[in-house]
Amino acid sequence: MVKIIYVEADGTERAVDVAEGHSVMEGAVSNGVHGIVAECGGACSCATCHAYIDVSWLEKTGLAEGDEADMLEFAHEPKPTSRLICQIEVTSDLEGLRIEIPDEQA
Amino acid sequence: MAFRLRQKGYRGSITMIGDEVWPPYQRPPLSKKYLTGELARDRLSLKPAETYEENGIELLLDRRVARVDRAARRVFFDGNDDNSLDYETLIFATGGRPRQPDDLGDTLPENIFTLRAISDADAMRERLAPGKHLLVVGGGYIGLELAAVARKRGLKVTLLEQAPRILGRVACSQTADYFRHLHTENGVTLREGVSIESFEGPEQRPSFVKLTEGDEVSFDVAVFGIGLLPNDTIAREAGLECAGGIIVDGWGRTSDPDIRAAGDCARLPYRGDMIRLESVHNAIAQAEHIADDIVCPGGPSYAPVPWFWSDQYDCKLQIAGLNLGYTKVVTRPGTKPGAFSNWYFKGEEMIACDAINDARSFMMAKRWLAVAHRPCPELICDPSWDLAKF
Ligand SMILES: Cc1cc2nc3c(=O)[nH]c(=O)nc-3n(C[C@H](O)[C@H](O)[C@H](O)COP(=O)(O)OP(=O)(O)OC[C@H]3O[C@@H](n4cnc5c(N)ncnc54)[C@H](O)[C@@H]3O)c2cc1C
Ligand code: FES
Repeated sequence: MVKIIYVEADGTERAVDVAEGHSVMEGAVSNGVHGIVAECGGACSCATCHAYIDVSWLEKTGLAEGDEADMLEFAHEPKPTSRLICQIEVTSDLEGLRIEIPDEQA
Repeated sequence: MAFRLRQKGYRGSITMIGDEVWPPYQRPPLSKKYLTGELARDRLSLKPAETYEENGIELLLDRRVARVDRAARRVFFDGNDDNSLDYETLIFATGGRPRQPDDLGDTLPENIFTLRAISDADAMRERLAPGKHLLVVGGGYIGLELAAVARKRGLKVTLLEQAPRILGRVACSQTADYFRHLHTENGVTLREGVSIESFEGPEQRPSFVKLTEGDEVSFDVAVFGIGLLPNDTIAREAGLECAGGIIVDGWGRTSDPDIRAAGDCARLPYRGDMIRLESVHNAIAQAEHIADDIVCPGGPSYAPVPWFWSDQYDCKLQIAGLNLGYTKVVTRPGTKPGAFSNWYFKGEEMIACDAINDARSFMMAKRWLAVAHRPCPELICDPSWDLAKF
């Protein structure tokens, strides 16, 4: 299990354990973290799993590319640190990853 | 709906009744990553089992509602009549069942399938061994996805479509042309405008079909993807107004004010038509809209921007809007190789967009539809005109 810290739009911090191999989105949905809708269930098709990666973690998670970047361009308030978190696989080196959830999804 | 009610502060008791043995799960992967084996069963669940209890939602699984007594406000389960539950508000979210082939009897032979539930996918997957021949009947999105999965798993695939072309009910010929080409290129034998005359071979395990054209196609496994019938029987028998789905208004209300319906089973008003929407987006959005109205009535009516996706091979299709009654289609070349989008117009109004490997067009179309913006077809066709700059 890997600890991920989700910061909900109202500032509430939720630290939850997520199984390796699952996505950061699944970690949020299965722990009832508010603000992640994930309509398409991780197919990189809906852009309702948008969140901001803490800058210090960007090197490990990488930046959005391809379809993901295309969709983020039209998401609600995208930033350079934006990711669709269904596209981030949980691995041991993400222990302590911190992400912030926007107040609205696309 | 249940979770949204709690989130909005609903205090009454909530009971969810389902006739499957699994807690509510995602169906789309059943014809995609679950069938290929890339996604395990425990990852299909919509919510972990314990969150139902945590939110005060009682989950009654493996229980079927047989009838509703509206006067007594009570539902009766299958089996004996003592087995019942009272309600104040009743929600039908009964989904639908696959249309069955006419001439194969009530129970399908062991090598012929339809796909709606985990149990269907499990039974089918066992038989999708490399080298076998899969016959797909029906060229809609589920049929096409199944063909793609089977090719990935190394099966030989023949797809039969009775109509003159695949995707006849749901997409324009430009989109259909693309998918025909994609599947043919990936080794699917795709035949359009052909009907099955009969299944032949052992009754419990047919081995070939005779086509009305006179020739025969042999197969090991067959799957029907020929549409969905809404589960509205119980509602109809209870005297609710139904017409290929349970009729609801813009707040999900049926002809009985204490009963609402949402998702695949409901027929709802959409831009002057009464339609059913078979999509995850609608199942969630309509249900949440109803939950909000139950807790805090008086909001605006439900006005969805429908959307849908399909994954086949490495192709990503995203559809925004509904092309119902379109009069014109224009194509916009994408900015990457293999990317393009078909935009549907009804008169001057842009009503839908099929985006193929073109997430930017999809996102833009969805946003425009939400604000009823009317983009001009000439500009859309011009790839030098940047959507994002709009
Ligand atoms: C293979 C497949 C692929 C799909 N792919 C996509 C896709 O890519 N994108 C997309 O947007 N949508 C897709 N869909 C459609 C999507 O899954 C449905 O629109 C969605 O599941 C509808 O949700 P619902 O809650 O209305 O109905 P359902 O999910 O069907 O749930 C209804 C439940 O009620 C139960 N039930 C019915 N009657 C009774 C009764 N009398 N008593 C007790 N329980 C009862 C049913 O057994 C079922 O479990 C796909 C569907 C399938 C089958
Ligand atoms: S869950 Fe749909 S894009 Fe991430």
